[in-house]
Amino acid sequence: MSFFRKVTSKPWEHAGELEGIHGDFQPVSTASRTGLVMFLAVVSSMFLLFIVSYYTRMQSADWEVLKDPRILWFNTLVLVLASVAMQMASNLSKRDKPGRASLYLVGGTVLTLVFIAGQVAAWEQLLVAGYYAASNPANAFFYLFTGLHALHLVGGIWFLVRLGIKLRQHDYVQAKQNVALCATYWHYLLLVWLVLFALLLRT
Amino acid sequence: MAYVALADKDHEQHLHDPQSFISKYIWSQDHKVIAVQYSLTAIAIGMVALVLSLMMRLQLGFPDTFSFITPDEYYQAITLHGMIMVIYLLTALLLGGFGNYLIPLMVGARDMVFPFMNMLSYWVYLLSVLVLCASFFVSGGPTGAGWTLYPPQAVLPGTPGIGGGIVLMLVSLVLFIVAFTMGGLNYVTTVLQARCRGMTLMRMPLSVWGIFVATILGLLAFPALLVTGIMLLLDAVLGTSFFMPAILSMGEQTKTAGGSPILFQHLFWFFGHPEVYIVALPAFGVISDLVSVHARKNIFGYRMMVWAILAIGGISFIVWAHHMYVSGMNPYFGFFFATTTLIIAIPTALKIYNWVLTLWRGDIRMTVPMFFVIGFIFTFINGGLTGLFLGNVAVDIPLSDTYFVVGHFHMVMGVSPILVIFGAIYHWYPKITGRMLNDTMGKIHFWLTLFGTYAIYLPMHYLGIQGLPRRYYAMGDTSFLDESTQAMNAGISVAALFVAVVQLLFLFNLFWSLFKGKRAEKNPWKATTLEWQTPDNPPVHGNWGPELPVVHRWAYDYSVPGAARDYIPQTMAPEDVPRADDSYHGEEGEHQ
Amino acid sequence: MAIAIGILVLVVITLLFHFMSPWWFTPIASNWSSIDLTVDITFWITGFVFVVVNLFLVWVVIKYRHKEGRKAHYEPESKKLETWLSVITTVGVVAMLAPGLWVYGKVTQVPEDAEVVEVIGQQWHWSFRFPGADGVLGQTSVAVMSVDNPFGMRADDPAGQDDILIADAELHLPIDQPYKFVLRSKDVLHNFTVPQFRVKMDLVPGMSPYAWLTPTRKGRFDIMCEELCGIAHHTMRGVLVVEDEGDFQTWLQGYPTYAETAARPAGNPEVGQATYGLCGTCHGAQAEGIQQLNAPKLAGLDSWYMSRQLRNYKAGVRGAHEADSYGAQMAPMAATLVDDLAIDNVLAYIGTLPDESAPATIAGDAEHGKDLFITCESCHGKQGQGIWALNAPRLSGMNDWYIIRQLDNYRQGIRGAHPQDLYGKQMGFMARVVRDEQDINDLVAYINSL
Repeated sequence: MSFFRKVTSKPWEHAGELEGIHGDFQPVSTASRTGLVMFLAVVSSMFLLFIVSYYTRMQSADWEVLKDPRILWFNTLVLVLASVAMQMASNLSKRDKPGRASLYLVGGTVLTLVFIAGQVAAWEQLLVAGYYAASNPANAFFYLFTGLHALHLVGGIWFLVRLGIKLRQHDYVQAKQNVALCATYWHYLLLVWLVLFALLLRT
Repeated sequence: MAYVALADKDHEQHLHDPQSFISKYIWSQDHKVIAVQYSLTAIAIGMVALVLSLMMRLQLGFPDTFSFITPDEYYQAITLHGMIMVIYLLTALLLGGFGNYLIPLMVGARDMVFPFMNMLSYWVYLLSVLVLCASFFVSGGPTGAGWTLYPPQAVLPGTPGIGGGIVLMLVSLVLFIVAFTMGGLNYVTTVLQARCRGMTLMRMPLSVWGIFVATILGLLAFPALLVTGIMLLLDAVLGTSFFMPAILSMGEQTKTAGGSPILFQHLFWFFGHPEVYIVALPAFGVISDLVSVHARKNIFGYRMMVWAILAIGGISFIVWAHHMYVSGMNPYFGFFFATTTLIIAIPTALKIYNWVLTLWRGDIRMTVPMFFVIGFIFTFINGGLTGLFLGNVAVDIPLSDTYFVVGHFHMVMGVSPILVIFGAIYHWYPKITGRMLNDTMGKIHFWLTLFGTYAIYLPMHYLGIQGLPRRYYAMGDTSFLDESTQAMNAGISVAALFVAVVQLLFLFNLFWSLFKGKRAEKNPWKATTLEWQTPDNPPVHGNWGPELPVVHRWAYDYSVPGAARDYIPQTMAPEDVPRADDSYHGEEGEHQ
Repeated sequence: MAIAIGILVLVVITLLFHFMSPWWFTPIASNWSSIDLTVDITFWITGFVFVVVNLFLVWVVIKYRHKEGRKAHYEPESKKLETWLSVITTVGVVAMLAPGLWVYGKVTQVPEDAEVVEVIGQQWHWSFRFPGADGVLGQTSVAVMSVDNPFGMRADDPAGQDDILIADAELHLPIDQPYKFVLRSKDVLHNFTVPQFRVKMDLVPGMSPYAWLTPTRKGRFDIMCEELCGIAHHTMRGVLVVEDEGDFQTWLQGYPTYAETAARPAGNPEVGQATYGLCGTCHGAQAEGIQQLNAPKLAGLDSWYMSRQLRNYKAGVRGAHEADSYGAQMAPMAATLVDDLAIDNVLAYIGTLPDESAPATIAGDAEHGKDLFITCESCHGKQGQGIWALNAPRLSGMNDWYIIRQLDNYRQGIRGAHPQDLYGKQMGFMARVVRDEQDINDLVAYINSL
């Protein structure tokens, strides 16, 4: 039933009917996935507002375009691979192959760490070249965007580690659902990065 | 995501295990305990804000009298008073407190869907409160930039607390937002995913609707505060120029350039206006339930009430710049935002009509919660109507930044939600503690609070029309204020002191009734909603015993024709409803 | 029942208060009576709704209060009633919004014959600029602001040369002439408000918001800052005088153009030395101050501050109060300096004298004084060194007995009470923060330690 039809129904009628969802003992992924989707909405709201601020601030005369370090291209490739690895892990765990799935999870984690290291390297290059946060807003936004994005990946890795523990404890039922959630999260962060990267490149 | 415990059978068992004191009351994952923790912390920090407001009133009522209130301290007091009341008291109490307590009980869930995260939410909230309090003790004291923290002055000398004060304030806000997000994800997901069998969205009580939509608003709007907070923090600590233009500060040029203070204001109010409804919508929901229960009548126009909540929630994101009519933004925005702001008045007015129409042809019980309901309707009509002055750009121009604004927002966002909170506490206290609050004390508290607060805020509107500016430490002589203005200011201050003292009676009642209050029946108000149908009172961890409830009807079956009693609990199947007349049969009774 | 009566009483109180309170709009002095009209319309409509809905509430509560055997009516909703209420509410909203937007349309449209004046805000002062003969305001920049160029005028902009600089917190305007106020802030947010004019607008650093109005009533009005701008926000006052065109022109001609201020020669200390002879008899040959003669130390004091005080003495703004006997002594002395050039010369000479800290004569609790000084340092600087941009003179190393006397004078309204002494008025506000003699001694003891 569509949301519109739901909220236009007359609830005082049809007493005794029991349609509607049944909350207890439902598959955990539904609740977790709803939670994750809501969380991604929150994160989207945050990045969206940052992007709006970026565009507004850009109008000012003191804005100096930052020449983006070339290592970002390499980092982007690494993050795409990490996302692919997470998707493979998700697919494999759905087909009940926890062993191989773990392998991809480890691969995804390592790639993500490489990505973060690459971002740090980009920071260092900029700092060495004298692009400090305080010297121009374009620089400040660069550090802010990349930093916040990396922070979200770090949070993701924390969940991955906990997932790893679950796998070692052979708690496959729950792990299976969580691998899929992690994959979604990684794809989302990849998307965020692509948007941010495009934005940084264009301006 | 190991905190997702519900589906796991082992965890399920664990949920009902007897627990030690520490895990039951301190590191608790039970939504009811977390709700109480949230509420008590919010009330405690709210008391601090109350004392701060008294400091302000002492200075305004009796200038040049108290040596312990310097301009620095005065501006620190207005800043912290505003910030604490809006964020750390009202938001935390209505969502962290009432949201936590009511959502699982009202939708028939055993707990929030992510109990561990819920617990974490409270502890991070407590941390944010402690960080805020810490700013009182750093050198320079807390920030005195006004609760809106407008740059550039928030981070420049000339404003109190530009060292540690502003940094701790912003860090505390970031922590609060993290805490709110963890709690908010829980509330929304629980409403969407953990309702019991038969509990369709439209069978939910309006309290849940209000809290649910308010939480969504919060989840989408608080990021705006986070974004502003982070950027302002970098401006303060690293010297970036997100919001800082080129400035001459203390006779010297700053290193900043090009930043836009207006951008800060847009972002801040993009959060700040939905924030008003984050506080108001739960209050609207709760009041709807109270009015219905205590008038023994279904809420009038339930569907309209739900639509109004949704409409208000949606429109609240496109009215923010009505706080900025004289801010120097593009003046043409004024036309748009005045129009949207006055449009939002229409669903809000409909809600007021429907509360009054619920009383109409009802069977009104003069209980203490009903007193607070009627008091709320009065103050909210008043505060809502003065909002029409400030929302309409031409009318707002002479009134903005005056005491008219102070009177308006205290009426609509101070007194009104607080009356709801009091009413709700009198209503649900027996559920939470198993005892009734003392009625006599409750009524005295009500009368003195209602008349006392009105004595504070009604005159403020008129002083504002006269031109009395807000945020002034002292007025001195002016060419436009009547001589009697200072006498009125003193009168307002006396009323404020009086109202503050009266609140001690409420706190005493809370405490006294915990031990000496009359033992509550299981369903003392004869309400239909699920929280009153728990097997234990107060409900134990897990809420429902071995079987979850099953819902057969909406939340407002009061005084249904043909039924023997004037209420039918949501859990009651049609065939179980006792009939007034044995010869009566057929189901029309349930369907009207 | 009680609650119904309670609500009724509140409604009656509200109405009585509305019609009987002495507080209402201050009489208007601009063309914006249409704004007052929108406020009136809103009052009538909302007042009507307030009374009707609350009286209905009162009636309902009385009529439908619980009685034995009453049963509530069962009616989940009424489409007809709700539709009607929506329509009526919408009509009411439109009735308020439409005139509001129409008036606002006029607020945003500056008439073509409007003259321009720039209002400049800074912590915590007002100053003003007229465009001069060419009608164009010259460009300004924060980067070039200094004690000699407080307006931040760009020397390379020809349009700025004839701009008239009003380095005072008092602005005059001719009656019945529309003016566009271009607003500029040097530091933080401020707000330009004259309550009698109704319109107001924020000053935003880095931007140029504007407002416009036509003064329609002669008089002396307060300029208020209504956007929190720091701890002395409440002292940021100015004065706006509306007068006849002729009086206005006379007033305006008393102020220099930018070109004139820029071309003004620096004071000559050698000429000043001769003039100083007379001053030295009281203030000491080295301007070190002589307590027995009640003459404070001048060496090391900011010359822009002494210049203002000398002109105040000459104009009877300072030293005219009957209780200010020492000031009364100074006033005729200041009058011996015939013009601004003479003042500049003598100040130039004082600037060459050695600056040695005055001896401490007061004992007090400096620790406590440090807490009190938090308020002072916002203007006078952390070291009490004085800050030109805040119009706050130096305190450290000056005579403590003199500071005490002036604080007393400020607190008793002996100094800073003259209507033209707006800087003194500001200090009068702040001096009242110190409540008693012990506080003053502690404060001065701390200043001595700087």
